[in-house]
Amino acid sequence: MSEHSVIHDIGYQRYTGPRLGRAYAARSLFEHGVRVAFGLGRSAKAKIFPWIVIGLVTSLAVIVVAVKAQSGEMILTYQDLPSTASVLVMVFLAVVAPELVSRDLRNQTLPLYFSRPIRRSDYALAKLAALTTAVWLLMAGPQLLMFLGSAFSAADTAGVAAEARGMLGGWVIATCYALVFSSLAILIASIASRRAFAAGAIVVVFMITSPVVGLLAVLGKGGALSQIAPMFSPFSLPEGVRSWLFDTSIPIGPYGPLYGLMTVLLVAGCTLLLLLRYRKVSL
Amino acid sequence: MALIATQSLTKTYPGGVTALSDLTLSVEPGIIGLVGANGAGKSTMIKTLLGLLTPTTGRAEVLGLDPTASGEQVRARVGYMPEHDCLPPDMIAAEFVTHMGRMTGLPRTVARERASEALRHVGLYEERYRQIGGYSTGMKQRVKLAQALVHDPDLLLLDEPTNGLDPAGRDAMLTLIHRIGTEFGISVVVCSHLLGEIERICDSLIAIEGGRLLRADRIDAMTTGTDVLAIEVAEGTAELSAALAQRGLTATAEGRMLLVPLTDEATYDLVLRTVAELDLPLHRLDQRRHRVAELFSTAVPTPTLEVSHV
Repeated sequence: MSEHSVIHDIGYQRYTGPRLGRAYAARSLFEHGVRVAFGLGRSAKAKIFPWIVIGLVTSLAVIVVAVKAQSGEMILTYQDLPSTASVLVMVFLAVVAPELVSRDLRNQTLPLYFSRPIRRSDYALAKLAALTTAVWLLMAGPQLLMFLGSAFSAADTAGVAAEARGMLGGWVIATCYALVFSSLAILIASIASRRAFAAGAIVVVFMITSPVVGLLAVLGKGGALSQIAPMFSPFSLPEGVRSWLFDTSIPIGPYGPLYGLMTVLLVAGCTLLLLLRYRKVSL
Repeated sequence: MALIATQSLTKTYPGGVTALSDLTLSVEPGIIGLVGANGAGKSTMIKTLLGLLTPTTGRAEVLGLDPTASGEQVRARVGYMPEHDCLPPDMIAAEFVTHMGRMTGLPRTVARERASEALRHVGLYEERYRQIGGYSTGMKQRVKLAQALVHDPDLLLLDEPTNGLDPAGRDAMLTLIHRIGTEFGISVVVCSHLLGEIERICDSLIAIEGGRLLRADRIDAMTTGTDVLAIEVAEGTAELSAALAQRGLTATAEGRMLLVPLTDEATYDLVLRTVAELDLPLHRLDQRRHRVAELFSTAVPTPTLEVSHV
């Protein structure tokens, strides 16, 4: 250090610059939530589980692309990817949803948020949006990879356009999955302040519905009951929507619109309960 | 303009517990001590001022705004440090404070700069890049203060900031709060159940007991005219007392000492001259300020305020 250098204590500076409002704060919370979901800016330990799941889902896409390059056969369509990866997506939810909301309950961080301009509903919606986005990226990213791989091996521009249409259809289904899975998972996690309980509860709620749907389908013997049964599980509800929109999945008979309605009701109901949950939360 | 004003503020919880009862007060900007025993209603008061709780009846005004109606505007200009632990252990302090700055509307780069500044002002330098989970209680309290300070509020509401700190940590925290109130120009409300601890840094005091107001006033108004001179002589205490009475000073005995009201500098000379004329061995002569606690103990029949002499 030269003898002329002086450390200036400039003291406390008042802030006169812009103060962005509630919308900006809610957007920041959303961004923060997406980063937390992928363990960005956090310890290596927080990155392990999300990135294992991302790795597995991505490897699915890589296999599909590799097989297509070899044999020209698409073993998994864009729309098949979400349902094939759905158990992995559930594991992702069981890890990430408690990270997003249970941690704030456990650490009692909520009073710090609610003593700032954002409202309780802003908090709840920002967290839901962050989880939905993260889950969507988990599926849409590998779908994009499948598109890039296929587009390079496509014969002409018409082939590329067909692939692009396929990917967009896949994205629609991924969105449907993301909305159904995230709204349910975040609601469950917002009730449990311990992450392990929240994760367990998410897995239980998701898994317990599958045998119920299976049983109803068997009882229905291929009739109306077996065509309606899939809508009672978060795993098969989006598949019903897929059949309604693209007619590429499970047999649902004439009940397509009912699947659409059920999806809207489930997402809206979970969101409403989530808002009520945070209105009631004690500080 | 009053910093905080309340009009018959009453808060009754659904369980039937009355936490605040008919509280009317008005305080000027500065450092304000909010004292009361545990359960006196301090935290309820703070949360009502933040607009997190709605008063059952009556109204409050903070920085000229009603926190019930314009909670968002109030909360944008106020910093709040809760009593309990509220920090995520697996986040880095600098990142957490930055995040909280953005939550109050600071643009990204500004939030980062001010987070570093705020952490520096509370005395965290290189440690700010470590995870909060590894921090000592004292460092955590500092991070809690920094997150309340990051957006340059006009008013800080600190709920028991010295909780869980050792005597040295308490002193450091109080000095810091005093600096914030004087050098930074931010008004501060400090809650404490230890009157002796905060009276030395406060401009005003609000004392509550069981949700009721005991007294709200400026410290100097509470202590004016109460200065006394304590005189201790090795022998002849009675003689001195009589001699002082002749010169118009009423001395009251307290143990081995005589207490004389101190009106001005002349009192010193008068006392010294009297002692010298009587040729008494003087042991001690010092000015004493009445502690605020003594005022409360005379004002209230059953003093329940805990007083610590740190």
